[in-house]
Amino acid sequence: MTALFDYLLGLGDDALVAAQRTAEWCARAPQLEEEVALANIALDQLGQARAFLTYAGELEGAGRDEDALAFLRDEHEFRNVQLVELPNGDFATTVAKTLLLSAYQNLLYTRLSRAAEPQLAGIAAKAAKESAFHVSYASVWTVRLGDGTPLSHRRMRDAVEEVWPYTHELFEPWAAPEAGLDPAALRGPWLEVVDRVLGEATLARPRDGWAATGGREGRHTEWFGPLLAEMQYVHRAHVGARW
Amino acid sequence: MSISAFDALIAGDQKIEYKDWMPDGYRESLIRQIAQHAHSEIMGMQPEAAWISRAPSLARKAVLIAKVQDEAGHGLYLYAVAETLGARREDLLDALHEGRQKYLSFINYPTLTWADVGALAWLTDGAAVVNQVSLCRTSYGPYARALVRICREESFHHRQGFDLLYTLSQGTPAQRRSLQEAVERWWQPALAMFGPPDSLSTHSASSMAWRIKRATNDELRQRFVDLCVPQAEALGVRLPDPALRWNPERGHHDFTPPDYDELMRVVAGHGPRNKQRLAHRRRAHEEGAWVREAAAAHAAKEAAKQAAAREIDAQEAIAQEVDAVEEEWPLWEVFVRPRRGVGHTHAGSLRAPDAALALHSARDLYTRREEGVSLWVVPSRSMTSSDPEHKDAYFAPAADKQYRHASFFPPPEGVEGL
Repeated sequence: MTALFDYLLGLGDDALVAAQRTAEWCARAPQLEEEVALANIALDQLGQARAFLTYAGELEGAGRDEDALAFLRDEHEFRNVQLVELPNGDFATTVAKTLLLSAYQNLLYTRLSRAAEPQLAGIAAKAAKESAFHVSYASVWTVRLGDGTPLSHRRMRDAVEEVWPYTHELFEPWAAPEAGLDPAALRGPWLEVVDRVLGEATLARPRDGWAATGGREGRHTEWFGPLLAEMQYVHRAHVGARW
Repeated sequence: MSISAFDALIAGDQKIEYKDWMPDGYRESLIRQIAQHAHSEIMGMQPEAAWISRAPSLARKAVLIAKVQDEAGHGLYLYAVAETLGARREDLLDALHEGRQKYLSFINYPTLTWADVGALAWLTDGAAVVNQVSLCRTSYGPYARALVRICREESFHHRQGFDLLYTLSQGTPAQRRSLQEAVERWWQPALAMFGPPDSLSTHSASSMAWRIKRATNDELRQRFVDLCVPQAEALGVRLPDPALRWNPERGHHDFTPPDYDELMRVVAGHGPRNKQRLAHRRRAHEEGAWVREAAAAHAAKEAAKQAAAREIDAQEAIAQEVDAVEEEWPLWEVFVRPRRGVGHTHAGSLRAPDAALALHSARDLYTRREEGVSLWVVPSRSMTSSDPEHKDAYFAPAADKQYRHASFFPPPEGVEGL
């Protein structure tokens, strides 16, 4: 039960922090059509976060709902990978983060949709469909930026290089028995997806080197504190208020 | 079509459609009004988007993202309508960025607290709904259809704003205080949204005659005040107007009109946030230029590859494609199948560098409220339409051939199965 609670927090926190970052694009996207698209992705991610966190709270049975878990935990209590904390950077960096995260999430959610634990499987089945679209969106843009102008090629290449060290954490051993899967097993199929997109985008896969780690144990980047401070302060300034 | 045919359509409360002949003044008034409406949608994203990261619950965060997203979508619907009148989105955006075209003045006020997010939605979206419900009957067909869709979505914006405030009204003393203060800040800007009084409005008379507008500024403002008073009571807030009271003789509330000098100052660029809002918008557009150029360059490469495969002159294909995307992505028409068993119907248009992105955008823009199960996108330049000039030659001859319809042959009484 504790392992599953922790696992749900990890799934929920990945989605929540990703949503918070994606939504930072609202009113500043490179084109109106991308305003609509990025907001859709943020809404999907936020919806996934709410489902996982709500379920985590129910399992825990201590009266914590999605908001208590999102707004009243401190930095070290969050279980998300560091990848989702990274600042948005330019559009290429956001596309790279979205591609590398959603390709993983899509594989993970698809596996989890067959988990024996029915509620986890139900949430994952819905999330798998959403993440499939995110992969498609991010792939299309990776290709257009990678195989666009010399400037966009350079920015897309730099973006993938910058984000790459943060992807290893996705495949570290970490799962509840109920999930019935080993994250390391996802890396092969993930690389297949990523290699195909990078190839079409005329980009090389970065070499593996330094790898970020620690998010699942509550060790985060310097960027994470300010993100949480901004997200949580109104809620925390009014103890016990309803919104 | 001629001026008399145009006048007859207007007099008969018929719609003017894409490519119909229209007086220059009608076209210009429409473009001005639609552009201002579209600019207001995209500029209006800013004061609310500023609060997405700080929304105090996840449910409210989702609602706010969806609302700001709708505003981008409404901007897109409206720019597409302006394009049917021969305006180009790029030119309209330039006019906005250079300050030659305006947007609604309330956007230049700051959202200082979470309660401002609710007050802005309750009051300014409420005012927009009053305005736009009236505009749904506008004489230009594509604008009227876009407005029907927009109104349906804006009523959610308005309602969620009230809901946000109602929750605050049931909350802590600090929450109730912030509610009262926010409503005080947004009341005047909302009243000013209906524009100058009829006696001072420069465009009202011709817009009314052409049935672009269907009610005057003052009529709509009165309707809005009458709607707000009972809602304010439900929220337990005081509207900041000592003169506000029910007038049984008029059957309306008396109220203090907004300060038009202030309205004119803010419209002229001298409001609290004009400079920042416009600078933010310009920066987003400029910082996005390399992305738009990359997509266009990629589309040109793909077109060249396809041309090479088909052994057409690749240079010519690239030239065409580059021409098309040089300043702006090309226009696509979107068709949605609402559910299995019925045909695809035209939903609107959008801009995209290529078919894959056009499909993505169409999905996000035209089916985000479960409107469809299948999509077609077609480059607008590939569509051929019948000429309105040939309407009679094409369609009138069918009118006297009633014998094509079964109803022309009433069966004798008692005979069944025909």
